[in-house]
Amino acid sequence: MKLIVTFSRKAGKKPIIAQVVRDTGILINVERAMIDSSEGEALIDIPDESCTLVKERLADLGASVRVLEAGIFLDESECVDCGACITVCPQEVFWFDDDWKLQMDESKCVLCGRCIEICPHRALSQTSES
Amino acid sequence: MHKSIEEINRKIRDGSVRVVTAEEMPLIVEELGDEGALKEVDVVTTGTFGAMCSSGAFVNFGHADPPIRMERVWLNDVEAYGGIAAVDAYIGATQQSTTLEDEYGGAHVIEDFISGKSVEMRAISRGTDCYPRRTITTELLLENLNEAIMCNPRNGYQRYNAASNSTDRTLHTYMGMLLPNCGNITYSGSGLLNPISNDPQFRMIGSGVPIFLGGATGMIVGQGTQHSPASGFGTLMVTGDMKAMSGEYIRAATMKGYGVTLYVGLGVPIPITDLDMVRRTAVRDEDIEVDIIDYGVPQRSRPTLGRVNYAELKSGYIEIGGEEIRTSSLSSFRRARQVAQELKLWIETGKMEMLLPARPIDPAKAAQPMRETVQGPRVLDIMDTRVISILETEEIATAAKKLLKGETNHLPVLDDGGRLVGIVTTYDISKAVVNPAKGSRVMDIMKRKVVTTVPDEAVDIAVQKLELHNISALPVVDQERRVIGMLTAMNLGKLFGGRWLK
Ligand code: SF4
Ligand code: SF4
Repeated sequence: MKLIVTFSRKAGKKPIIAQVVRDTGILINVERAMIDSSEGEALIDIPDESCTLVKERLADLGASVRVLEAGIFLDESECVDCGACITVCPQEVFWFDDDWKLQMDESKCVLCGRCIEICPHRALSQTSES
Repeated sequence: MHKSIEEINRKIRDGSVRVVTAEEMPLIVEELGDEGALKEVDVVTTGTFGAMCSSGAFVNFGHADPPIRMERVWLNDVEAYGGIAAVDAYIGATQQSTTLEDEYGGAHVIEDFISGKSVEMRAISRGTDCYPRRTITTELLLENLNEAIMCNPRNGYQRYNAASNSTDRTLHTYMGMLLPNCGNITYSGSGLLNPISNDPQFRMIGSGVPIFLGGATGMIVGQGTQHSPASGFGTLMVTGDMKAMSGEYIRAATMKGYGVTLYVGLGVPIPITDLDMVRRTAVRDEDIEVDIIDYGVPQRSRPTLGRVNYAELKSGYIEIGGEEIRTSSLSSFRRARQVAQELKLWIETGKMEMLLPARPIDPAKAAQPMRETVQGPRVLDIMDTRVISILETEEIATAAKKLLKGETNHLPVLDDGGRLVGIVTTYDISKAVVNPAKGSRVMDIMKRKVVTTVPDEAVDIAVQKLELHNISALPVVDQERRVIGMLTAMNLGKLFGGRWLK
C-alpha cells in the first residue's frame, strides 16, 4: 500500500520516517520524496497489514498521512504500442508481451510523471484522487 | 526458375496466390530451402509504423465566392505552405500551431481530417483583379476538400541508428527521452519487416509500385530525400489518397522537447520472382545492424557507442562495457505487423496486384552533408583573450583583489602546470569572507567542476551550455586544458549588430 506523508520542517529536521521504522520494526520503502526548507512530502510503500500502525505512528510524530489513490491510466485508444515509455520508467512498470502489446503493472508506479510527460501519443495520464 | 509478374498476378486473380509476411519468410526459407520457397511463395509483404517527420499532404479547397488567391493559409492555426496556386496548400506534419505550439501541429491536422473532425481554415490575400477577396475563414471536413493527397518526401528509412546519451543530464530528442549516463537506448524501425531491408538492391521497389500507406493503397513516387542506400539508409518518397486512410495507421505525436511528428504505417509488397528475391526477403533481425549514437555530443557526426542488430535491440537489453542497458523502441512493431498482415490480405483477396518499377531507384547513392559557404561564428571569433586567472595555492584575499578591479566576475583557477582545475566567482569570494571556516586558499573554496568550451566550438553550442548550467562565463581551453580565453555573456553581445548577423 502506498501512503503520502506530509510533514512540516519548521520544528526542526526530525527523521520521522526513520523513527517509525525503528519504533515499529516495519520496513518502509521511500519511493519518492520532495523536501524543501519548510515542508516535506514523501511517497512510501508499506505492507498492507501494517497500514494502521504506520499511519498512527506517523500522525503521532506530527505528519499528515493519506492513502495514495491516484494511479497511472493508459488510454488504449491512443496508445500505439510504440514502447517509448518502457525505459524511461524508473519502476519498470511497462513491458511488451509476446505480441508486442504494451503491458503494465500499475501497482509499481510511484507517480514520478515521466511517462506521462514523454508519451508521444498522450496516452498516459494520472487518474485523479477521489 | 523464374516467375514472371504476370504469372503472380494471374494467381492473385484466380485466388491461388501464396502471400507471406517478411516475418514469416525466414522460417519458410529455412524449412523449404531457396528453391522450395521460390515455388511456394509468390509475394512477401513488409510493414513499418513509426515517426516519419518528412510527411504531409497537398490539399485543394475549391474556390470561394468572391474568389481568393490564398497567400497564407492556416488550418486550426497551423500554417500550411500557400506558395502554390490560389486554393492549393501543403500541410507539413511538423509545422506547429501558432497558439498551441508543440501540443498541436500539421500531423494533428492530418489526423483530425482523417478521423472525420472539422478543421478551421483561415487564409489571407492582398487581393487581385481576378481574385478580389482578402480574407476567408471556414470550417472544413475532409469530404469538403477536392483533393487531400498525402505526399511524403522521406518515409520508410531502411534502418535507423539507435540512440543513447553519455552526458550527466537527461536529453529530450526526436529519439525520445535519453537518460543520463547511458541509462537507456532507444531505437526505431521494424527490422526484418522493413520494406527496403527486404529489397536492398531496389529490384522490386521503385517508382509506380503500389503500396500500403496509412491504411489506403498508395504508390512509391521514387527515391526519398536524403536517400543514402550506399551506407544502408535508403528512403522512399510515397503518395496516397488521404481520403481513403485510417486513423489506425496515421497518428499525430509530440516528441517532448523536439516537437510534432506523424506516425505513418507503410508497407510494400515484394513479388518473389527468382532465387535472389527469396534470399533477400529471408533477411532476419540479426542481419540488420545499426550504430548506437551518442546524442550527448552536439555535432553532425556524433560518436558511436557500439554496433548492434535489431534482434539485440528488440531483446530489451544490450550489454555495453559489461553493463546491461535497457532498450526500448519508438516505433510500433505490433502495428508494423498489422500493416504487413493487412497488405497480405489485400493481395490474397485481389485488392492489389503487383507492378514492376516504372523507373528504378539508385541502390548505390550516398547523401551529402550540407555545403556551408558561410561558417557560423566559433568561440574563437568572439572570446576575450585577456584572461585574468589565479593559482589554486594563492590566498583568497589575492583572488578578492583581482576580482575587485572589476574587470571580471570569474577567475579560472590553475594548477602550477598552468592547467585549469577550478573556477571562483565574486559570489564564491563573498561567501568565503562571510564564512571563513572553509580555509584561506583559493583551492579551499573553488568549484572544481568547470564547464568549458574550446576555440572551434560553434557559438550556438557554447550558448546552450551557458543556458543549461545557468552560468555567465565559460573558460576556453586548449588540448592541454590551458585557459586561452573566456567567453562571457558580454562577448555574445558582439554577435548582435556585429558581422555575423549582417
Ligand atoms: S509511450 Fe505512450 S503510445 Fe507508446 S507504448 Fe507507451 S503509452 Fe503507448
Ligand atoms: S509515473 Fe510513469 S514513469 Fe513514473 S513510475 Fe509511474 S509508470 Fe513509471
